Amino acid sequence: MKAVCWERTNVVRVEDVPEPAILNPRDAIVRVSSTAICGSDLHLLDGFIPTMKSGDILGHEFMGEVVEVGRGVGNLAKGDRVIVPFPIACGHCYFCTHDLFACCDNSNPNASIAEKLYGFSAAGLFGYSHMMGGYAGGQAQYVRVPYADIGPFKVPAHLKDEQVLFMTDIYPTGYMAAENCGIKGGETIAVWGCGPVGQFAIRSAFLLGAGRVIAIDTVPERLRMAEDAGAETLDSMADPIFDRLKDMTGGMGPDACIDAVGLEAHGANLDYWYDKAKTMTFMATDRASTLRQAINCCRKGGVVSIPGVYGGFIDKVPMGAAFNKGLTLRMGQTHVHRYLPRLLKHIEAGDIDPSFVITHTVPIDDAPEMYKTFRDKKDGCIKVVLKPN
Amino acid sequence: MSLGMERRVDAGRFEGQPGMSSRAYQHVGVNVGRHERWLSMVAGGMLAAYGLARRSKPGGVAALAGAAMLYRGATGHCDVYQALGVNRSSGLARERGTGVIADRHSDTRRRLGGRRGIHVDESVTINRPTAEVFRFWRDFENLPRFMQHLESVSMREAGISHWVARAPGGRTIEWDARIINEIESRLIAWQSLEGSTIATAGSVHFEETGHGTRVRVNLQYSPPAGKLGAAVAWLTGEEPSIQVREDLRRFKALLEAGEIPTTDGQPSGRAGAGGRR
Repeated sequence: MKAVCWERTNVVRVEDVPEPAILNPRDAIVRVSSTAICGSDLHLLDGFIPTMKSGDILGHEFMGEVVEVGRGVGNLAKGDRVIVPFPIACGHCYFCTHDLFACCDNSNPNASIAEKLYGFSAAGLFGYSHMMGGYAGGQAQYVRVPYADIGPFKVPAHLKDEQVLFMTDIYPTGYMAAENCGIKGGETIAVWGCGPVGQFAIRSAFLLGAGRVIAIDTVPERLRMAEDAGAETLDSMADPIFDRLKDMTGGMGPDACIDAVGLEAHGANLDYWYDKAKTMTFMATDRASTLRQAINCCRKGGVVSIPGVYGGFIDKVPMGAAFNKGLTLRMGQTHVHRYLPRLLKHIEAGDIDPSFVITHTVPIDDAPEMYKTFRDKKDGCIKVVLKPN
Repeated sequence: MSLGMERRVDAGRFEGQPGMSSRAYQHVGVNVGRHERWLSMVAGGMLAAYGLARRSKPGGVAALAGAAMLYRGATGHCDVYQALGVNRSSGLARERGTGVIADRHSDTRRRLGGRRGIHVDESVTINRPTAEVFRFWRDFENLPRFMQHLESVSMREAGISHWVARAPGGRTIEWDARIINEIESRLIAWQSLEGSTIATAGSVHFEETGHGTRVRVNLQYSPPAGKLGAAVAWLTGEEPSIQVREDLRRFKALLEAGEIPTTDGQPSGRAGAGGRR
């Protein structure tokens, strides 16, 4: 079958690889109808996430048809159309039974590697390095799905792939980011990064009752898409962000700040170049200029919510600002399973049509080229959907 | 393990002496000081390399002497010191000298007593009822399902079990063990019978906590290849506490998720990867 494989930093290829087989009783095999390239896949392309091996199959946003189920899977049958959450969760450990699916205790076969870096291992993820389980991803014609009685979520036939595909990651990720802001009604939320996760965070913040959303990016088409959702926008390269946010909130600062950028922040500030120099000389692993700014801009007692991915160490975190302003920091991989019934209702009710974010739909063979188009934000690229079959 | 996993390996202590164990890695029968051990290893390594490079009789002697120094450094045990009754390790390690085992007069007790043997102490918390976790372990024939180095355990007669383990070099080691203590849903303790090729004793405690069942394994044994075998294994990553920790991780997955997670046999773009064409 065809699969998108990571070869080395900056190189992905479509390879002919063997088809997956059932390896454990609770496995299922899914024939992939649609799969997407995620912004976090770009961290793999750029070599920011350790423990990738040449030949690893990428992709953690995918859906399709169940073609085979293991003897331990009672609630799925051949022919079911499912979306598959990107974190792999066993459903029975302490964390899964407490709705913390992305912290599953059992799904990472390489937990000992993650423990060395993080103290404890979180859930295994599809196509996201060996430290995160080394599972083959879904940018392929077929994919093996472990714990298939827990992860895959059946979707109704009347909804198109494009409307439900993003329930695998970016829609719940944006939603959890907004939920983490503790919105009660009428708040002002600032969102850094108007990529796909930022777009879903903006819309979710409004869905949850935010009064205003201020979206910050520098790519014109992304800012336009944020405006379409009702957000006010700031250009991170042109506007003095702290001053503008302060002005726009009557001197108070936003109630909550969302960092939907993560470890590869770009910026015009001095600290961006500081981070860039440190990461290039291997003295730090992640660039954190967005996080610093979000902490600095947030009002006293507010929340900084971080859906953007961080992998290692960051430097010069303004802990004094966070502490003395009494901020709450909330973050983490998304507990996707927790949100699916709720988010499907929003789609079915017409509150949101997640397909708005798609700018490119291509056959799987074009994946390598699309990784670069997406990374370089060329051709108005915001979200790429691949059709493997 | 993401929950409640602790590790401890120390010298001599077997059980029933809480608060006396160190969390630092401390090998068996340590009677050489910390700095001296490193010196011994560095000097031994250099001497061995020099000796091997010369490819002559004096070179061979030098290499052997170097190897002995390496061993001494790695294990922290010096036979010469022991013969002289000298102990130059820290006081803490020295005080931990005596082991306590249920059956004081058995062969196992004699062979594992005092400073001898490898001791592992690992814990894991499992999100299942204590009675269930206990029953699964108590059925020793289940153990090879999650203990990677065990090939089989079979019940011989009341309280006696026959164990077959995989050893380095494709060999197997077999021994018989008997249960020396058992408290329903709380404790199982066993030890090898007199005259076994391997002298081993162990216990596993089960305790209800707010997060499920805490399982604590204490294991002590004299490996067939002697301490050198264990020391070398430790240096190359096959350290006993890591084996036990990974075994407990699989035990937890098996009980909680019903299966052990794996990616063995999945496809990739690497030559010879699993899957089917």
